[in-house]
Amino acid sequence: MSHSQKTKVTNIIIFIVLAIGAIAMIAPLLWMLSTSVKEKQDVFALPPVWIPEVFQFGKYKEIWEAGPLLSGIKNSVIVAVSVTVVGTFTSSVAAFAFAKLRFPHKNKLFLALIASMMIPYPTVMIPQFMMFSKLGWVDTLLPLIVPGLFGNVVMIFFLRQYLLSVPDAIIEAAKIDGSSYFRLYSSITFPLIKPAVAAQLILWFMGIWNDYLAPIIYLNSPETQTLQLVIANFNATYAIQTDYPLIMAASIIALLPVLIIFLIFQKQIIESVAISGVKG
Amino acid sequence: MITKSNLYRKEKIYGYLFILPPILGLLIFTLFPFVYSLYGSFTDWDGLGQMNFIGLDNFKDLFSDELFYKSMYNTLFLMLGIPIGLVLALLLALGLNRKIPGTTTFRVIYYIPVISSLAAVSIMWNWAYNGDYGLVNQFLELFGIKGPNWLMDKDTVKPALILMTVWKGLGYTMLLYLAALQSVSRSYYEAAELDGASGFQMFRNITWPMVKPVTFFLVVTNIIGGSQIFTEMNIMTPTGGPEYSSASIVFYIWDKAFKNLQMGYASAMAMILGIFIFIVTLIQFKMNEKSSFDGD
Repeated sequence: MSHSQKTKVTNIIIFIVLAIGAIAMIAPLLWMLSTSVKEKQDVFALPPVWIPEVFQFGKYKEIWEAGPLLSGIKNSVIVAVSVTVVGTFTSSVAAFAFAKLRFPHKNKLFLALIASMMIPYPTVMIPQFMMFSKLGWVDTLLPLIVPGLFGNVVMIFFLRQYLLSVPDAIIEAAKIDGSSYFRLYSSITFPLIKPAVAAQLILWFMGIWNDYLAPIIYLNSPETQTLQLVIANFNATYAIQTDYPLIMAASIIALLPVLIIFLIFQKQIIESVAISGVKG
Repeated sequence: MITKSNLYRKEKIYGYLFILPPILGLLIFTLFPFVYSLYGSFTDWDGLGQMNFIGLDNFKDLFSDELFYKSMYNTLFLMLGIPIGLVLALLLALGLNRKIPGTTTFRVIYYIPVISSLAAVSIMWNWAYNGDYGLVNQFLELFGIKGPNWLMDKDTVKPALILMTVWKGLGYTMLLYLAALQSVSRSYYEAAELDGASGFQMFRNITWPMVKPVTFFLVVTNIIGGSQIFTEMNIMTPTGGPEYSSASIVFYIWDKAFKNLQMGYASAMAMILGIFIFIVTLIQFKMNEKSSFDGD
């Protein structure tokens, strides 16, 4: 066998292995989708029915009545949008200052921010909870929103790295022209770092959308809960009745928004993850 | 006329103004709670009444608390998924780094579990592990194996959680490996090939050293992430599993703090978790320093 033939055969074998792996990765999710449109008796059929004879979309109607799904979505949107929009603004302004402005103790302050990443959320969650409970914010969305408005260290770090590659000369020239510092950020720097900001923003949005620990600590009443808690409660409630199509339909709804965002922006997201990880 | 020193003073003010929010955030939401938690760990804090200083009592109690050991052990046991995930992901990345069709589609498919909501996939896996009707046992039945009731048995609940975490994280690990592999210059392999190196030799002497920093980064971040595992067990085994065999350390902290209102005791555990993560991160920083000197 010649060399190129050998490569070809190897590639075919690898393709098959990757394809089998891909099926294994996606199968549980497809099963989730298929369960959500099954009739109850098909759910427990042995051997499993992957494609039901009749698609029952009824559960997708029922879930809106069965629990506070709509308010869960609304709450998740409120938290994720307010945090990412305001937080991205504060983070990118800070990254600009750390990368391009001169002021004393700049590097020490930056280092302090980076060092704070060493403190994990479970270590500070108890005093944070007490603090917010003193303010009367428990069972509201505020404890999930307010800390995020102050910015995100990972994003600051990433954007600062990105900005260091932007030549200082552009900024200096504008400074001499008498441009204000905020204008330096908004009309010169920000447009340059837009792609990096967008990728970081999406990753952050996904993180907040999928967060579970902070919401479970703060939110008790059904109407304040975020989507992740609502579907977890679906699971707790309807598992007893073995209404798996309903649970799966609700879970699909929880997955869908992020999945759509991912499929639209998958190129940027994948690149951004790869860059931040390899450099990290 | 604007003088140079005037300009600098203005720059200083704006500099501080621009970094004020994250610095304030750090003080209010990280440093202050951290110090408070540290103090709380030496008290009998219950979140309602007074905090009485009790010295090291919480820590002494911890070391004779069977459930603390159990949740520590469970957390460490679940980290067995880290090496499994790394090996699988590297093999996949090596495959995807070749010129084969459909690589973009593969990348997307493998990455979908990563971006999926952990709560939703926990629910899905909960159902997949069902002893009678679950997908996992139906699959095993094809080979004539009668699977256990995974989440109800103290011997299988941890392997079940490991399988799930590997599935969830594989795409991320694979992606970072792929990015590292793509930054390795082809000329190394061409030169090695001319020297008659075997595939395994090329892997050992070129690929492995080149992806070593990524491996290290992944090991460290996975240990940090793994030590904070919570959502999976909260949804799949809400009571901590059979004989508390799937409760993680964060699960136990959460249970003590917010269900039993033993805030001081829970803070002591949180401190131990914090120290563990601090040490792991410190090692990473040290190694990074070293490798950036070695690198160039």
